[in-house]
Amino acid sequence: MTVATDRGRSLRRLAAADRRRSTRHKALPYLLLLPAVCFELLVHVIPMLVGVWISFKQLTIYFIRNWTGAPSAGLNNYRFALNFNNAVGKALLHSFYVTLGFTVLVVALSWLIGTGAAVLMQNPFRGRGLLRTYFLVPYALPAFSATITWEFMFQRDHGLVNQVIVHDLHLTSHAPFWLIGNNAFASLVITAVWRTWPFAFLVVTAGMQSIPTDLYEAAVMDGAGVWQRLRKITLPSLRPVNLVLVLVLFLWNFNDFNTPFVLFGNVAAPQANLLSLQIYDTSFQNWNFGSGSAMSVLLLLFLLVVTAIYLVATSRGRKAADV
Amino acid sequence: MHGLAHRRTTATIAAAAVAALLAACGSDTKPSTTTTGGSSGAPASGQSITYWASDQGSSIADDVKVLTPELKAFTAQTGIKVNLEVIGWNDLLNRILAATTSGQGPDVVNIGNTWSASLQATGAFLPVSSDVMTQIGDTGRFLPGALAATGAAGKPPVGVPIYSTAYGLYYNKAAFAAAGIATPPATWEDLVADGKKLTDGAGKWGLTLEAGQIPENAHAAFVFSEQQGGSWFDDAGKPTFTTPQNVAAIKQIVDFMAADKIVNPSDAESSNGTEALQEFASGKAAMLMWQPAGANLAKYGMTADQYGVAPLPFPASPPAGSKHIDSMVGGINLAVFANTKHKDAALQLVKFLTSQPEEITLNKAYGSLPSVSDAYSDPAFKTSDDTVLQNVLASSATAMPEIAQESQFETSVGTAMKTLFADAASGKAITDAMVGDALNQAQQKMEAGG
Amino acid sequence: MSSTPGPARSPGAAKYRSPLAPPKSFLWTRRIALTLLGLFTATPLFVMISSSVKPLVDVQGTFDWVPSHLTFQPYVEMWSTVPLGRYFVNSTVVAACSTAISVVIAIFAAYAVSRYRFRGRQVFRVTVLSTQMFPGILFLLPLYLIYVNIGNDTGITLSNTRLGLIVTYLTFTLPFSIWLLAGYFDSIPRELDEAAAVDGSGPLGTLLRIVVPAARPGIITVGVYSFMTAWGEVLFASVMTDDNTRTLAVGLRNYASENDVYWNQIMAASLVVSVPVVVAFLALQRYLIAGLTAGSVK
Repeated sequence: MTVATDRGRSLRRLAAADRRRSTRHKALPYLLLLPAVCFELLVHVIPMLVGVWISFKQLTIYFIRNWTGAPSAGLNNYRFALNFNNAVGKALLHSFYVTLGFTVLVVALSWLIGTGAAVLMQNPFRGRGLLRTYFLVPYALPAFSATITWEFMFQRDHGLVNQVIVHDLHLTSHAPFWLIGNNAFASLVITAVWRTWPFAFLVVTAGMQSIPTDLYEAAVMDGAGVWQRLRKITLPSLRPVNLVLVLVLFLWNFNDFNTPFVLFGNVAAPQANLLSLQIYDTSFQNWNFGSGSAMSVLLLLFLLVVTAIYLVATSRGRKAADV
Repeated sequence: MHGLAHRRTTATIAAAAVAALLAACGSDTKPSTTTTGGSSGAPASGQSITYWASDQGSSIADDVKVLTPELKAFTAQTGIKVNLEVIGWNDLLNRILAATTSGQGPDVVNIGNTWSASLQATGAFLPVSSDVMTQIGDTGRFLPGALAATGAAGKPPVGVPIYSTAYGLYYNKAAFAAAGIATPPATWEDLVADGKKLTDGAGKWGLTLEAGQIPENAHAAFVFSEQQGGSWFDDAGKPTFTTPQNVAAIKQIVDFMAADKIVNPSDAESSNGTEALQEFASGKAAMLMWQPAGANLAKYGMTADQYGVAPLPFPASPPAGSKHIDSMVGGINLAVFANTKHKDAALQLVKFLTSQPEEITLNKAYGSLPSVSDAYSDPAFKTSDDTVLQNVLASSATAMPEIAQESQFETSVGTAMKTLFADAASGKAITDAMVGDALNQAQQKMEAGG
Repeated sequence: MSSTPGPARSPGAAKYRSPLAPPKSFLWTRRIALTLLGLFTATPLFVMISSSVKPLVDVQGTFDWVPSHLTFQPYVEMWSTVPLGRYFVNSTVVAACSTAISVVIAIFAAYAVSRYRFRGRQVFRVTVLSTQMFPGILFLLPLYLIYVNIGNDTGITLSNTRLGLIVTYLTFTLPFSIWLLAGYFDSIPRELDEAAAVDGSGPLGTLLRIVVPAARPGIITVGVYSFMTAWGEVLFASVMTDDNTRTLAVGLRNYASENDVYWNQIMAASLVVSVPVVVAFLALQRYLIAGLTAGSVK
């Protein structure tokens, strides 16, 4: 019906017709969304709500068999997690700092390396396509394959890292540990950066495609050098891309479980004990799902707040820049 | 009109596309885990049950190879089909946990016997009451020590032992001879002295430890504490981690690396449960404290005449309250899932697997010790090594604390020790205060779990 | 798409230094930085490849740059040490199906979000994106319990089946896919839709005939992302699979949980299971750049 009446109308009036048609097709968008909504409810939303419910329960070893009958814990799980005088709260707070440091380092380094490489490779040169492809390999590699390989390299006696440091370069006579002790944090960051920077590289490269060439030409006419072009044109143009990129990297790394779990197994050195692993331990090693869920909810709240602040701050900045 | 038709088509096609894809992908071939049909009253023959076996051999494939012919024989005998799944140690407890929570699990499962009391507390396993025991067989056949590690005292146990193990001190005969040491050490003081002689500073060490492995650490913590006259829990089941005896026990173990320097610092990283064995088999370490290791050592090319086995040493002058314990009772128990719809069939499998011929065949294949006395008639278990471990098991081994928090004890204390070893490996001296602090935190974490 | 824009590309200008051509110092910076980055990238790849052709004794001792002798035994033995073939099939089925379904659903949803203004649109967008923040560990156990209950009530077995993993993974990737595709669809001129409408196409016809072909790079990007996510996920796979349905991401751990650590086989298997993903990813990378360009730059 709409189609028939639309036929023959002038293109200029189509926009208005489109709006009218949209209102008439009230149900259609909902039908299109229906499958997505169903799956989101089933896999994300409802389980999350159940998870929040569990965080108020005393779901320990004694009750897992009849988990719906677990006694209420009130706010005890939260109180426990946030009692920083107790070993659990202390460990959680410590993990939080470790995770924050890890995430900030990984995001910053990945962004720097990724953007740096993208900028260096903005102008064509021989072999650029091949090199670009090559740089994407770490990101394409399944996380577990890459991390297992790093674990192998970080072993004290059999690993490549110490082979280079101790035997090839003679930097130190005493072989350091990489998977336990203080260095475990560095190992974790290196592994994560190795896997993450190509993603930043990919996204920034994509973002650069849409910067018009004439901007650069005009800048050159004005006598702008490489550095100035980068500061005045490339980075400002990349701002919208970077806003999303940094947020996505932050969220992914803050919740990262694969890297520490594959690198260290169930138990990581305290210096590299990320929150996700700490929560996994509480839930699946100490069999306290109520407490684990409470910690997860706290983590979620933190991420929500950070994201909200980030979005508000950046959107205000964007509006100011637009004016 | 037209628009409505479009809308309908869109929705229909969207739904159909998703449904078709799901159907295409969902054609799973796996047999369902919860077997249907049959109740405990029905004849067991013709039923089909699921058995989760733990990884006892050199690989999961190896386990399947060992167990498949035995289970075939069982099916031929009883008409009961068995779906076997061998599960690695990394996954087993989580899988049992998931099965417990969901009520959807196997019929029969292998559990590490130190988990007995913890799993008993979940109520997920069929209590082996006396009439269940009569269905399985005669209680008198089972080794008393192994039978003690099947649950908390005063409650019906939740399984019967199938494989048994105990710790022994493995020593490299050639290395001992070269260092002029005639007999294996009987006291820790001797062990440290011998260890120093055997450590040459050029890649050979006196002793090797799997210091990054949580259960290994926890087992050692238990034995050393018993010898110090300590205990990890009081009679009311409350944790007593920070007693001077426990601090001394942990410090003694970590000091093998930190102060005595007879253990390679690299061992702090060993967590696969294989590194210490390899160090010993390759001659890089002269002593090893391990549960039956013969089968694995042979795999690494070390023949039985190259090493000897002795009981773990004791303190030269035992402190007050010291117990003559040199091993935990190690081993694997067979448990029946409480939710099973095939109780009789499941119990028949338990009975079959713990029968004399099966105990002989399986323990021989895995290098462990039978958990029933009548299997020891087989000459395979009469080697001198096995005799030493049998004596340990019979006279000086005791079960890990049979309380619900046992698995949390292993995790928290084992982890604390791993961290202390990491400190020791990086050259830090280990003080009583450090150990006490680590144990205090472990205790707080464990109490939080309850 | 033009994957190599940027200044100074006229073919005949080899000798002529365009004013846009970078100075010497830039060229040297580029050479040094890219070489270092290349080495950093190469090291694990080198270790993976070289260790996979070493005999077991080599990977048990100190690290050697070259194998004592070349052997392809790890590539043979890795199939029997763990049932790698079965894991491979599982991963392929799970990843392929969850990708296909996820992409289809995301296309529908993104089309709705991009082309219609309806009540709840904003709520949907925000909710879907915020699921990206959920820590997996929070809903792992609840999801498992829900699957079990669905199985008990309806007979549709989602726990420990490939179907359950497919449903899980396809949902994991939906938020990002919808977001990216909606952005991409936004960049496709409405005039094309209108022209199709004028020609008598309904919304579905427009979507299939106009929007989907025009959004191919975006769709490929989303597909690759979904496939990689499903192929590499560890946490949920470790709880929600059994021996029959185990995927590679979890199965590979079994090389190390045995009584021996077959590092050479682990490396060989890592390499083999990576190849399909890496090849597909690299083959499609031109589309990825185009897909991300339109999808994220709005």
